[in-house]
This record gives sequence, structure tokens and C-alpha cells, in this order.
Amino acid sequence: MITIPYLTAVSTYFSYGLLFAFGQLRDYSRRIFDWWSTNNLHGYAPICLAHEDFYIRRLYHRIQDCFGRPISSAPDAWVDVVERRTTKSTRCLNLGSYNYLGFGSYDEYCTPLVIDSLKKFSPSTCSSRVDAGTTSVHAELEECVAKYVGKPAAIVTGMGYATNSAIIPVLIGKGGLIISDSLNHTSIVNGARGSGATIRVFQHNTPAHLERVLKEQIAEGQPRTHRPWKKIIVVVEGIYSMEGEICQLPEIVSICKKYKAYVYLDEAHSIGAIGKTGRGVCELLGVDTADVDIMMGTFTKSFGSCGGYIAGSKDLIQYLKYHCPAHLYATSISTPSAQQIISAIKVILGEDGSNRGAQKLARIRENSNFFRAELQKMGFEVLGDNDSPVMPIMLYNPAKIPAFSRECLRENVAVVVVGFPATPLLLARARICISASHSREDLIKALQVISKAGDLTGIKYFPAAPKKQEEVKDTIKLD
Amino acid sequence: MIENSKAKSFASPLLWANDIFCSKSTGISWNSLAALCWIHRAKMDTNLVEMFRAGLNWVTMALDAPSARVVLFGVRIQWHIFVEVLLGFVIVILLSQKSYKPPKRPLTEQEIDELCDEWVPEPLIPPITEDMRHEPPVLESAAGPHTTVNGKDVVNFASANYLGLIGHEKLLESCTSALEKYGVGSCGPRGFYGTIDVHLDCETRISKFLSTPDTILYSYGLSTMFSTIPCFCKKGDIIVADEGVHWGIQNGLQLSRSTIVYFKHNDMDSLRSTLEKIMTKNKRSKNLRRYIVAEAVYQNSGQIAPLDEIVKLKEKYKFRVILDESNSFGVLGRSGRGLAEHHGVPIEKIDVVTAAMGHALATEGGFCTGNARIIDYQRLSSSGYVFSASLPPYLASAAITAIDVIDQNPELLVKMKQHIALLWKGLKDIKGMSLASDPESPIVFLKLENSSGSTKEDLLLLEKMADRALKEDSLLVVSSKKSFLDKCRLPVGIKLLVSAGHSESDLVKVSESLKRLASELLL
Repeated sequence: MITIPYLTAVSTYFSYGLLFAFGQLRDYSRRIFDWWSTNNLHGYAPICLAHEDFYIRRLYHRIQDCFGRPISSAPDAWVDVVERRTTKSTRCLNLGSYNYLGFGSYDEYCTPLVIDSLKKFSPSTCSSRVDAGTTSVHAELEECVAKYVGKPAAIVTGMGYATNSAIIPVLIGKGGLIISDSLNHTSIVNGARGSGATIRVFQHNTPAHLERVLKEQIAEGQPRTHRPWKKIIVVVEGIYSMEGEICQLPEIVSICKKYKAYVYLDEAHSIGAIGKTGRGVCELLGVDTADVDIMMGTFTKSFGSCGGYIAGSKDLIQYLKYHCPAHLYATSISTPSAQQIISAIKVILGEDGSNRGAQKLARIRENSNFFRAELQKMGFEVLGDNDSPVMPIMLYNPAKIPAFSRECLRENVAVVVVGFPATPLLLARARICISASHSREDLIKALQVISKAGDLTGIKYFPAAPKKQEEVKDTIKLD
Repeated sequence: MIENSKAKSFASPLLWANDIFCSKSTGISWNSLAALCWIHRAKMDTNLVEMFRAGLNWVTMALDAPSARVVLFGVRIQWHIFVEVLLGFVIVILLSQKSYKPPKRPLTEQEIDELCDEWVPEPLIPPITEDMRHEPPVLESAAGPHTTVNGKDVVNFASANYLGLIGHEKLLESCTSALEKYGVGSCGPRGFYGTIDVHLDCETRISKFLSTPDTILYSYGLSTMFSTIPCFCKKGDIIVADEGVHWGIQNGLQLSRSTIVYFKHNDMDSLRSTLEKIMTKNKRSKNLRRYIVAEAVYQNSGQIAPLDEIVKLKEKYKFRVILDESNSFGVLGRSGRGLAEHHGVPIEKIDVVTAAMGHALATEGGFCTGNARIIDYQRLSSSGYVFSASLPPYLASAAITAIDVIDQNPELLVKMKQHIALLWKGLKDIKGMSLASDPESPIVFLKLENSSGSTKEDLLLLEKMADRALKEDSLLVVSSKKSFLDKCRLPVGIKLLVSAGHSESDLVKVSESLKRLASELLL
């Protein structure tokens, strides 16, 4: 859990208050000095009321150079960040892209196969999966994914976000209950809202609270009528992208089995990145995949492609193929992207004849653990569990967000900073994503730059561990 | 009036009351009433009052007796003080009683456990029926006008490849170079190093092509509409939508939580009366945001929306228009610039234009275009843009090349229009079905004339027809498919997607085949 120091909380509130006051002052003076400027839309209600985009205009736009930085090369370990409004670009160390296994750029095994399939099948089929959008590559992909994840069958769609929004309404409707973790992703929230079921939230990653909520809800039944619920689905994620924490899956699965609820696991960040063979959080924590009813994931992060999948029993997948709107109405996933996923899975499992996959998996684990340990030694407040490649560093103050980002960019390290509304107001952070293509030298350089930026912005909230070298020196002196 | 002194002293408040309440019409006045009472009393005065007074004196003396000589705090205690004290006690006791509430009995732990044990959930999915096991055809080559299924060459009328750009060498070249430079995925959302220069170039190219100020790219065609609509339409706003819009738009309307009113499919009179009703019924609606949502070429029926009339109505009633140009971009208009060019309406009059690129442009993804304020707002508030990874760069470069090809080869549009006309001629006298789409739309829709009453039966029949077309005549056609989440109730039928890459013999073949199958299966 994040415990914010008292003084920092006070100063953060003060900073936001100051920014808010200045923003209001500017709005007020704009209203006075600009009232004569007309716009052509008389009689139309304004498309956006003043208070709706106050945050965007007065707080976000001040630091918008820290977000949406364009790049002009592949999102690999080193990337060319373009300076806006020029054609200059600087080569920076990339600590922000979701490139966990290093498939984000030209790969010696995958890319030739992808180019072949592009020449054979064209970038798109222009048709939905049920009409003329299923090619032999799509059929192979679904088998491959099902085998990799450890379930009997799988269905693949062209976008991870749309997978959640289109699948959850098919599985559950009015009269059902969805219990989701409080920090779940927007796509799950949208899918749950679109389904019409009742939604309840349990405290982030706390199985005891989940059990309490389940008991209460089953005993009470549907709101107002108290009829028993039709079905209950519990939605959790493998790795939470803003905290870097791994979900406590064994406890949650045992609770759901006891109360007969269905488990929906969203492995957007964890598939391919954790576990001995990259099979995700089930492998890491030793949970049998037959206990998780619906496993969902995306291919954007570890496989360097696009799209999302759902894996489950054969009947479930058949039902989804018949009813899921993303399968019936949307264009099928691009065939070269599908080929990239198949080749990436083959590399990970070692079926391409080399051991690059095992090397990548070992490297990302080593890199993440090394980086996290070093950051904690330096005194940063780093969140997340061991083995998770996502590392948020707490910043708290709104002024430190652009300061940290710009300092790092000056030293050619590209980091990602996140503030409100993706995180709670007080808890702004910088999020580091480690990749298997980072070498040890890259990480050491990154540590030096982050340490320097951290000293300048004052985010080393914990005391630094004493350096081991000093001790060795002392012993030598004694000798 | 009695000039009695006693009557007078009582009469003064009564006079006051008389002024207020007396009714002259009835002739009864308070004064006269009081006078009557007093006359009565005066008569009985002597006997009754004497007795009453004697009794009262006796009681007073009896009660006063015990405290006759008690003096407390300089005040002589009289009997009435005891009565008042007693009454005071009674009041205090009554007030301190708790009011009656039926006792609350929350469930005990044991009862909760029992309920949890007894509860039986429904199975996650209903049992699978035979018709759910239908497998789609598996292609073994590119989905162009001719493709391979099960080793056989098949004519493909099921891909929305309107200009025949699938398999075009320029597209493949630009994709190959993009793949070699950028890899496949973009590994991040647009806000976190997922913005590649190809995306920015693509947005500029689309803006130039359509002559709009700005464009925003989405990574999936279906998510374009259901991310754009909730961005601008919030709870309380009014949306007037066509009843035949596709599922992406329906999902966006549902997520926006606004008030939605549907008008009859492509019927301008129905739209006019709906707008009239909304504006006159609700005076407050002047401060609400109001939108009209329509598609340029409807995916479910092939009709083309009459944009000039919609714009006239929009300007009269002050609504904003959100238009989905997925099936008309690159197809309608002299140079392929869409519905606005087709009807001669300046594109600035349409507030928001969205399109999926998986149709004429032969790539994936979607875009939204409009004025700078609208596009800028979406970059931070549109959930499908902010919370999702960006479009793979090779697909964006394919889009740029496709637009270049459309610009340089206007004869593709002419060819496509000729093919549509040929197909219409061939299918004019088909039995059991009728052409329900617009003669200029690239989606040629044959709707079932005699529906069996149940949509499920119709869908099964159409599926059988499409299967037989594939098996016997090597033709891929689209039979309508409905998810239970789709609220559109338009008639179902067979859809043919015409491409500029088809040959005349293909078109003749498909007309003959469909006419034969319709006469065998539908009569």
C-alpha cells in the first residue's frame, strides 16, 4: 500500500490549490477581456461546458510536452524521440514502451514470415470473421493461442480494448452481478456498464474483502426485488498497469469456487512477461487454468503486435463466435499481425529451433528484479511485486511530474509520467517498463540518470541503503 | 340588542369576530347568537349556578385542607399545584418512552452461510444448439475479388474491397518498408511513446484529402464510433438516431447515457416530426446539446442518407450531426470524398465525421475528422484513443498509400459504379427477394420478400442459401447475421459487396446463381 508522507500530502494539496486558483483567474480574465469575440454557433448549446475541460485547459496543457511525444523509429530499447515542430530527433533510452520481450522492432525470425504473409494475404481482409475474414492464419492463430495459454479453445479480435467491451455484455446481462477490482482498466468498466448488470467493487487485491462482498451480495440478492442473482462474475487483472502488482490469484480462485462465482482474468500485461515459460500469472502462482473460467489477454505488450484474445472451454468459444459483436461485425485482425503473434509464440516456446525465447524470459526477469532492487536501494518509493516488469516511482507533487520527465529527457532517457485522472489526485507517478532488449549497461545508465533527476526533484522519500563499498574500505583500513 | 353590562363585556371580542365571520346574507350574526346564549343563561342562573358554586366551594376547601397553612418560597401552596405537578410527571414519563419501531433483525452469520450454500447460479452460457456450430469459410489467399477456399477458386462478394485495393503493389510496397523499419506493433498508447511519425502523416493526409482542419486516428474500426459518441454526448443530452444504425453506434449511444430517440430508417418525414416534437415539447432543450446520428451508407440495408435534407433540418432546429462514413469514404462523390461531395454539401456543415478504414481503404483502423476543437478534445477524453495501443504503423502507411492511389486513379470509382449498375440489371427480376438498397451504393442488399415470421428461421434459410452458393457455384456472399445484442430490426437478406476489381463475367455469374437459388429455396 502507498503511504504518503504527511508533509508531502499537504504540499501536494497546496500545489493543486494554487494551480486551480490560477486557472480560475485566467478563465475569469479571459471572460472579461474576450467577451466580444463571437463564434458562429448561435443557438447551439456549447459542445463542451467550461468546467468539463477546466482540468485539460488549465492544468494539463501546461505540461503537455511530457505526453504524446512522437517517435520516428521502432519502439525498441533505444528510440528516436522527435522534437516537436522540427525534424530533429534524439536517440533516447526507451523506458516507456510496452515491449516486454523485445518483439517491438525488426526480429530475425518473425519479420520475414510477417512480410511473406503480407505479400500473400494483404494487410486486411476487409470483412468480418464470419463473412470472408477467416484465413488459414487466423485458424492457426486461435489454435496456437489456446495451446499456449492452456485452454481448449480461443477466439481472437483485432483490439484488446474492444475485446472487453464486446465480450462482457454477451456473457452477462440484467439480473447478473459483476464484482470487479477497484483499480480495473477502463475497458473492463465500459464493458461492464454496457452489459446492464449490477456492478460492485471490492478493495484492490484484497481477497478478504472480496469474500465479504460476495457473501453480502448473495444473501441480499438483486437490489429492490431480492431475487437471487442469475450469475456472478468476478473480474481481476493479472498485473495492474499503474501499480505493478500481481493479483493474488490462488486466494481469489478458491473464494470464487466456494461461492460458485465465475472468474474472468484479464492478462493484458502479464501474458508473455511472467512465469517460467511466459504463460502468465497462472503459471507464476501455480493456479490450474481449468479453475479460471475466462482468460482474456492482449497481444500488444509482450508479442509486439495488436489484438486481444479470450480463451475458455470449447462451448464457451463457440457461443462467443456466434454472438460476439466484435466477431460478427468488425473487420478481422490484420493477417500479418496474426502471423507475428504466431511467430512470437513459437520463439517463446523454442519451436523455432533456438533458445532465444528462454533467454528473453530469463533476461526480463533478471532486468526487472535488478532494476527494482537498485531503485529501492537509492531511496525511491517503488511500487510493485518482484518479477513484475512494471515499476511505478512515486512523485506525488504536480510540479515534479514535468520536472522529472524533462530532466530525464535532457539526459536522453525517455520515461512515462502519469497523473490525474489515470491515478488518484495525490498519487502522481513515473512508470518504468523494463524490456528484455535492455542490456545491463542500458539499465546502469538509466539508474544514473534517474538518480540525478531524483536528487534534483527530491523524490527519494526513503533513506538510501548504505553503500557496501564503504564497508569494504573500512575493513581494509583496519587491516 | 341587550344593553346589559355583562353582555357588553363579552360582546366586544364577539364584535371583532362578527366583523370577520359574519355573513350578512344569512342574517345570523355572532352578536345575536351570544345574546341568545346569555338570555338562556340568565334564566337558569339562579338554581344551577347556586348548586354548582356550593359544590365547588366544598371541593376546594377539602383539597386545600392539608396544605392550608403551607407557605413555600413565599407562595401559598394551593391544591392545584399538586395536580399540575402530577401532570408534569406524567408528561415526562410519556416523553421518555421509546417510540414503537418494529425490531430490525439482520441476517445471522449462519443464515448467510445457508443462503450462500443454497444459491445455484445459471451456467455461464446456455447450451449450444446445432446452428451455433456453423463454421465460416477459411480463405487460403488474399480476400480480393477472386480468392481460394478449400483449394477451389471462388468469386468473392463478401469483402468490402470496393476499389479493389487488396493486393495492390503500391500498398504492399509501403507496408513492407514500414514493417522493416518499425516492426509490427506500436507497443504503447498514443500518450506514451506510441505516436509514430507515420500516424501524424496519416492524419495530415486524411485532413488534406477531405479538406477538414484536423483528424484523429483510432486503432480499430468498430471502436471509433463507440469512443467518439460518449466523448461528446453526456447524460441528459438528446440524440436522434436512425433505427438502422450498426452495433458500434448502438453501443456508443448506450454508453453515452443520453436520451435517445429513434426515427424510421432513412425517412426524412419521420426525422422532421421527431425533431419538431423534441423542440416544442421541451422548452429547456435549448440549453441541452442535441445530436443527429446517421450513417452515410447503412451497413444493414445499403441505403444512402439524404445529407442535404439532414443539413437543412439540422440548421433549422440547431442540432449537430455525427455521420459515419465507413462505407462511403472513397466510394461516393466524383473523387471519392464521401457523402458531402455526393450531395454537394460543404463538409464544414457536418460537425463530426467518423469512418472505419477497413472498407474502401483496404487497411484497418478508423479515423474521425472535424474542426480543431472537436478533434483536440477527443485526444484526451476519448477512451478508445487514450486507453488503447495505437494503430500498427504499417497499417497507417497503407492508409496513406491507399489515399494516394484513390487521388491518382479516379477511374476506379467509375468502374465500380458501372459494376453496381450491371449487377442491378442482372438482379432486377429475382424471385422471392427484392433489391432494397440505393442504386448508387456499393452494398447491394437483397431483402427477403416473404419473411417466415421468426428472424431465426429467416437467418437459417439465408445461411443455407449462402452455403449452397459457395458449394455449388463457388461464390462467397454475405447472409445477414444478428447478435442478440443488436437492437436493429430491419429486414434481413443477402448482401453483395461490389468491387472495382470484379470482372463482368463475375457479376453475371452471381446474378444467375442467386436467381437460381432463390427460385429453388424461397418459393
